[in-house]
Amino acid sequence: MEQNIVTSILFATIIAGTPLIIVALGQLIAEKAGVLNLGAEGMMAMGAIAGFAVTFHTGNPWLGCFAAMFAGALMSLIFAFLSITLLANQVATGLALAIFGVGLSAFIGKPYESETLAAVPPLRLPYISDIPIIGEALYNQQFIVYVSWALFWGVLWFLYKSRQGLVLRSIGESPAVAHAIGYPVLRYRYLAVLFGGAMAGLGGAFMSMFHTPLWSEGMIAGKGWIAIALVVFATWRPFRVMVGAYLFGGVMIAQLFLQGSGLKIDLPSQVLSALPYLATIVVLVIISRNPLSIRLHSPASLGKPYRPDA
Amino acid sequence: MLLKFEKRPVASELMRYISPVLSIAMTLACGFILFGLLGKDPIKAFEIFFINPLKTSYGISELFLKATPLILIATGLSIGFRANVWNIGAEGQFILGAIAATGVAIHFDYHPKLLLLTEMAIAGMLGGMLWAGITAFLRTRFNTNEILVSLMLVYVAQYLAEWFVHGPWKDPDGFGFPQTVLFTENALLPTLFDGLRVNLSLLVALFFLVIAYIFIFKSFSGFKMLVSGYAKAASRYAGFSINSSVWLGLLAGGAMAGIAGMTDVSGPGGQLTAHISNGYGFAAIIVAYVGRLHPVGIFFSGLLMALLYLGGEQAQHYLNLPASIGRVFQGMLLFFLLGLDILVQYRIRYTGFTRKEA
Amino acid sequence: MNTMASSPTPLLELKGMRKVYQTVVANDHIDLCVLPGEIHAVLGENGAGKSTLMKMIYGVTQPTAGKLFWQGQDTNISNPSQARKLGIGMVFQHFSLFETLSVVENVALGLDNPPKLKQLAQDITEISNRYELPIDPFRSVHTLSVGEMQRVEIIRCLLQEPKLLIMDEPTSVLAPSAVRKLFETLRQLAAEGCSILYISHKLDEIQALCHTATVIRSGKVVATCTPANETPQSMARMMIGKDLTAYKHQASIPGETLLKISGMSCASNDPFGIHLNNIHLAVRAGEILGVAGISGNGQKELLYAISGEELVSQSDAIQICGVNVGKMNARGRRQLGLSFVPEERLGRGAVPEMSLQDNALLTMIKPVVVEHGLVQSDKVRAYASACIEKFDVKCNGPQSEAQSLSGGNLQKFIVGREIMQDPKVIVLAQPTWGVDIGAALFIRQTLLELRNKGVAILVISEEIDELFEISDRIVVMADGKLSPTKLTQDTNVEEIGVWMSGLWPETDQPTALAAV
Repeated sequence: MEQNIVTSILFATIIAGTPLIIVALGQLIAEKAGVLNLGAEGMMAMGAIAGFAVTFHTGNPWLGCFAAMFAGALMSLIFAFLSITLLANQVATGLALAIFGVGLSAFIGKPYESETLAAVPPLRLPYISDIPIIGEALYNQQFIVYVSWALFWGVLWFLYKSRQGLVLRSIGESPAVAHAIGYPVLRYRYLAVLFGGAMAGLGGAFMSMFHTPLWSEGMIAGKGWIAIALVVFATWRPFRVMVGAYLFGGVMIAQLFLQGSGLKIDLPSQVLSALPYLATIVVLVIISRNPLSIRLHSPASLGKPYRPDA
Repeated sequence: MLLKFEKRPVASELMRYISPVLSIAMTLACGFILFGLLGKDPIKAFEIFFINPLKTSYGISELFLKATPLILIATGLSIGFRANVWNIGAEGQFILGAIAATGVAIHFDYHPKLLLLTEMAIAGMLGGMLWAGITAFLRTRFNTNEILVSLMLVYVAQYLAEWFVHGPWKDPDGFGFPQTVLFTENALLPTLFDGLRVNLSLLVALFFLVIAYIFIFKSFSGFKMLVSGYAKAASRYAGFSINSSVWLGLLAGGAMAGIAGMTDVSGPGGQLTAHISNGYGFAAIIVAYVGRLHPVGIFFSGLLMALLYLGGEQAQHYLNLPASIGRVFQGMLLFFLLGLDILVQYRIRYTGFTRKEA
Repeated sequence: MNTMASSPTPLLELKGMRKVYQTVVANDHIDLCVLPGEIHAVLGENGAGKSTLMKMIYGVTQPTAGKLFWQGQDTNISNPSQARKLGIGMVFQHFSLFETLSVVENVALGLDNPPKLKQLAQDITEISNRYELPIDPFRSVHTLSVGEMQRVEIIRCLLQEPKLLIMDEPTSVLAPSAVRKLFETLRQLAAEGCSILYISHKLDEIQALCHTATVIRSGKVVATCTPANETPQSMARMMIGKDLTAYKHQASIPGETLLKISGMSCASNDPFGIHLNNIHLAVRAGEILGVAGISGNGQKELLYAISGEELVSQSDAIQICGVNVGKMNARGRRQLGLSFVPEERLGRGAVPEMSLQDNALLTMIKPVVVEHGLVQSDKVRAYASACIEKFDVKCNGPQSEAQSLSGGNLQKFIVGREIMQDPKVIVLAQPTWGVDIGAALFIRQTLLELRNKGVAILVISEEIDELFEISDRIVVMADGKLSPTKLTQDTNVEEIGVWMSGLWPETDQPTALAAV
């Protein structure tokens, strides 16, 4: 009996944390290059509707995922063009993208509001999933969950073991110096932003295709913003992003469990629903108090426009 | 590259004024194309979206009615944005203002009208300021990013409003709908003209526009905030307190958003419902930007934004398009403005293929 | 010093190099010739166009016109990578290093096809031993001293076996002992056949080190000479175009102490900063106290503490005109009669996007221009206009944006703005850095006049010569500590140079050993 509850909670936590991991890792790469794209919410929304719509019409969730990534990347391309080439203020442009993306997805998604998708069967990894307690939780998941783990390892390797990752980090620290040495700063930043956009799109698709195979306006409900906060909370380190994402997932699950468990809780349901957002604030406060940590790990040029003079 | 950006020796004042106009023109042009792509007759659709709302005096009144909260909030936000204080949570502060005003309206409904409305306005202001103050406190005391905090508080505010209308303030005769009782007449803002819904809040908005103008351009406090927005190190050098700027910037935004929330519940709606959050707090960000953070600009861009909202409703009615098309236009408008802004500091030059001149 | 190879083909030859930025002609018909194994100086004052020329040689910028010959071949160097392939290495003035990365990662970034990090670390150690430039490859750059950072830059270039090494103002951040070491390394390289382009405005160094010198003024070559045959005065004349006028120095009798720091110790807020240790300082009316030392030894922190941009824990640690100000903010201290000209003009001393009029308002305590919270702009404009006129600021009036002024003119405005506040104490950091020679002379003369009027003046500068020209007393800052103070006439450049490494005799200074 106990075993099942723990397994269920783990299972649900992983599901809740997965979109956060995907989006946050994409965001991490962009920020490591020095670009702050606050439009994650809008990119996720566009990914969600693109994935939903394409899957709905073709019946193929793979195509849906690719469409979602494409939609997210396209949205981020607008951001990249405005903030990298046209030197627009990154904060304002990101906000514009968030607003635009949510609005556009609502517009496109209207006709799909009452539709559902066929559930995609989970990918069960034989033998491993027979491990008691955690086996069921970890290894009987949607394919995309495994993708999120692969993504983590990929990002880790890229940033710290590959030459391009080293160049990316140097660009984030000082684009002027990187340029003086001869690296194509703008190209790296564009690619980093596009990657972030594609990941945001994929994360959004997870919500509308695997989490609850439905589309509704506003379904992202702030997860894009939480993913952004997650990167800060993790002080731009991939492993901490994973940990943080599952912690947040846990908080989101906890309040659902509490509400549905029939336990007599004296708290109104709204308080429980607000928990993830309050938790985000608390976590941000804690992490912001240490300036040294931030200085050592945050990309020094984050948010500042860069113009290479000829 | 064939086209190059070249820094202008002096920023172009002309472009500063033209770029909002240009971005409006480009948005309209895109709208034209968008309607065509959606299979509607572009000219007809254009007329329905942009002209219809303005055809009757009732329409104009609706325009001002809708623009008022946008103008109010944007005015408050512009003060903060000029100081580089990014208050993204105006939506939440709007809600808190609405909640506070509702509380006063329900519990003091025996007060005479003038007194009650004043109390509600003050309550609204304080509610918004309280919510913004949380962000200001966390930012100044713990250096926590105000964008994320103020945004998270929006979601919390929505749940808070939900709790009130589902719980303690639920209308007992409301058939279980999540809403409060309808306000008594003395809690409703008086309209300005018979038969039209535009009310006193418009004058309130104009009043605050004037206050903002004086503050930003004539006052020393406004100057200090400007400096801290442009160059933090210079602000420290001058002995201007950055923390004061942060507090002032956030509280100004919160106060205005709070009053806007009050005008919403004491306007045509006349009650607090679960649908109190309507995106005005976010739309106001666009209004502030398109209005170049200037009171005069904000007045006009507020009207424009209201037109986009109304147009969306018209499109839903007559063109069978979702109302959210209005939001698509809003986003586009901001994109164009952000993109055209580079022309203030840089000009475009065609360099051709050769790189060396003799 | 006869190490020049006898090959007649120059390694690098520039003919008619020209670079135009919009309306500004940075380089005009520059001819340059460097032989293999030659140490060739490029001499010119700030703003003469030296950096632009180097950028073109290294491929960071493209020339508008002109030809470049590398080993006799007409070549077009289109990017730094190509320059490196040709065998050109560049050690930048403001180092091109990434502070949060390690030495070996930084070196890898500067190379085009670096080996694996482990192998690279070994290569680094090998080179560092060969040229006596000790460095630990795995240390994070932000933990290195400035001299060590420069070693990393040099090693990075040496790993590519350069034929030409460009050094841009390499000694501005080094103590004299480190400068001597650097020269030994450069001579060793030249003896091995590597040519060196040495960019500097320091005449004595060029005399000591370089075989040939090309003098640049206002973007043009005005002379080529052999430094060994010249004197610093004759080279200065070539560089500036006229003789330096001596300053009018009159003796003064200092009055009471107007700025006093007693036993101040404080930790830096910057994780990469220097902590101050037991600082004692006193500046009297009618005297100029010069603080020598290389940047990065605590000057930044000291200035923050004096100006009020950072508050200290003990209010009596700093006194202005006898009042304890340790916990008072900048505006309060201005009201007591303190004025301050910071090192950074744009972004700290002035807001770049604001007009000169608005920038004047930043530090105006008198005359009072704020009434009922509102600013009286005409009074501010009058003040700004007066400043522009009195201090010969070339601009388009008080409405011009601060960032549209040249460095020298903006500095004159800021200095003027502070002086017009009629201060009792004025503190200046690097007052003539990046400023053309005319403005620099003007500023120094103005300071001398202020001193004669009884103002207490504190000047922090990297230029020892400047301090010797204007100060009455000199003190050295090294590693967060202050040396004993000496009358300028009782000391000389060599002694101060030694003290800049922290090697001063411990005298009977009050040792209130507060914990940092």
